[in-house]
Amino acid sequence: MMDIKMEDQKTQTKTTQSLTMVQAINDALKTMLEQDETTILLGEDIGKNGGVFRATEGLQEQFGEDRVIDTPLSESGIVGTSIGLAVNGFKPVCEMQFMGFIYPAYDQIMTHASRLRMKTMGHYSVPMVIRAPYGAGIRAPEIHSDSMESIFTHMPGVKVVCPATPKDAKGLLIAAIEDPDPVIFMEPMRSYRAQREEVPTEKYQLPIGKGEKIKEGDDVTIITWGAMLSVAKQAAEQAESQGIGCDVLDLKTLYPLDRNLIAESVQKTGRAVIVHEAHQTGGLSQDILSVINDTSFLYLRAPIERVTGFDVPVPFFALEDHYLPTAKRVLSSIEKAVHF
Amino acid sequence: MEEQFPIIKVMDDEGKLVDPDVQIDSELVKKLYYHMTRIRLFDRKAISLQRQGRIGTYPPYEGQEAAQVGSVMALNGGDWVFPTYRDHGATLTFGADMVRTFLYWNGRAEGCVPPEGKNIFPAAVPIATQIPHAVGTAWAEKRKGTDHVALVYFGDGATSEGDFHEGLNFASVFQTPTVFFNQNNRYAISVPVEKQMHSKTIAQKGLAYDIPSVRVDGNDVLAVYEETQKAVKRARQGEGPTLIEAVTWRTGAHTTADDPTKYRPEAQGESVVHPLDRLERLMKNENLWDEAWINQVQLELENEVEVAVEAMENYPKANPEDLFDHVFETLPEQLDEQKQSYLDLIGRG
Repeated sequence: MMDIKMEDQKTQTKTTQSLTMVQAINDALKTMLEQDETTILLGEDIGKNGGVFRATEGLQEQFGEDRVIDTPLSESGIVGTSIGLAVNGFKPVCEMQFMGFIYPAYDQIMTHASRLRMKTMGHYSVPMVIRAPYGAGIRAPEIHSDSMESIFTHMPGVKVVCPATPKDAKGLLIAAIEDPDPVIFMEPMRSYRAQREEVPTEKYQLPIGKGEKIKEGDDVTIITWGAMLSVAKQAAEQAESQGIGCDVLDLKTLYPLDRNLIAESVQKTGRAVIVHEAHQTGGLSQDILSVINDTSFLYLRAPIERVTGFDVPVPFFALEDHYLPTAKRVLSSIEKAVHF
Repeated sequence: MEEQFPIIKVMDDEGKLVDPDVQIDSELVKKLYYHMTRIRLFDRKAISLQRQGRIGTYPPYEGQEAAQVGSVMALNGGDWVFPTYRDHGATLTFGADMVRTFLYWNGRAEGCVPPEGKNIFPAAVPIATQIPHAVGTAWAEKRKGTDHVALVYFGDGATSEGDFHEGLNFASVFQTPTVFFNQNNRYAISVPVEKQMHSKTIAQKGLAYDIPSVRVDGNDVLAVYEETQKAVKRARQGEGPTLIEAVTWRTGAHTTADDPTKYRPEAQGESVVHPLDRLERLMKNENLWDEAWINQVQLELENEVEVAVEAMENYPKANPEDLFDHVFETLPEQLDEQKQSYLDLIGRG
């Protein structure tokens, strides 16, 4: 027994590699294509071209055109046929080139993928992942920068996942592919190449529905996910230099929410700042506010602050830095909460 | 285009064989008659139950019995059927449970659960969205190396939707074993097909995708059966999809909630011979009309429908638990809390 364990530890230490998020996603897809022959990838330009962000680079070469499928330019067709494939024994992982192009597939997700299990009382189910790069900040053309998680968190029957780091991206994507229900997998495109991290080469899963405390502090809880995590961390560091301690929470899954993580932290700090880049009205911050209301109302020492994208369409990129929450805006909200 | 896609018939309105030399399979004819009678009785009963407030809104398919029975009878057990809300005649013939089919129209999810081993998708209520599903499912069969096919029903209105075109294109690109079975009943609720499209036929839409297409008399059950068989055979042999336009006529309303006299000229449809009447004429012409057998079938089927209605009405009440239990494989904690708190409130906790 001892020997085996030591052997395991040895291979463990050897088998990590330094990856960016987009490489970690590629690694997750590769791992699943290797280990599960029912996993197939569908999307526009994902084959020879390796995807517009290279998330599927090299995969068609390795696994063939039959498993890494360049589809027609047809989002509803991709998701609609994937529903049929999923019901009939496959695990399709669809790539929407950008989240802003997911809208033609909305009908298929809302009217079928999300409710096929319920309407057939479990007879049919749709184990499918829809990957979608989201968010602003990379000077992309119009419509390429939306972050519309709340239309999917509002949709019963789908889970919504959004990693912020390479290691989380791999573990959560594998968990999403192995999940028995449809998962919208949002990838913060501005974080694709922003950092490297040691990522295990082995197959591993991180639990869907669990967030993580990234930073510990006593005075205020900052709640965020995806690309906004680095903004929140930056603001937290600036706050600390003023003597304000911040708990920084990375939710990682947007439905179902990790309510315990939120409640525990807010009950400790009594203050919360929610940060997301999606529009404010109807944004997920309102559900998080409700979680705090339901679990931690009597612990609050200040009104809950929200730092979000404005209630305007995501602008052309000349103005996107004004649209996106910044560390300055987050810090200002932290100060407001602490000095209330 | 009408010349390129002539309406294929085996029998005329008088039940006379178009080609007098053709051999008729009398057992098949009797089976077709049996199922068409059966689904007509179901349909008429459903309308009557709706009028009495015993089920919800119901979309009748009377007039389309030949299109539905003729097409679905061309399938085998392992094949897939993707119906719309107006295709319960086809699913009943394919083996869907009659009690559950009544339950569906009484607002019960049980009506979407097919019998074990029967690949029947729940009826699509949005228009054309089921078409890509049928393509994906057929694609899965092809990938698995089986010879099973998927047959998908849709109406004339559906051909205006994007999903019709996206589905046909995928089927064409990936050569999936899909049979696209269009029932052109000439009206999408109140809008006639002439306002739905400027094209003269629906079959011609297959040309754009290089999908073999055919137009068939949808009220001629033998022609429907034959043409669907050909399409199914092509699909099984790996020769890809087919588009079939079955030209038919919806005798009644879109659903029990509308009045077709408001939007259809009175005389329109008067000349249409009901598909069952046509089959009866054929059977008489071919000496297949056995009065004793006909009466026996009628009694047997009336009884089956009555028994099913009774079973539907005595079915155990819907469980509030089912509101929550099938949304995900495992209930998320917050949904479980909603469930428990509601069940406590109504005294079921």
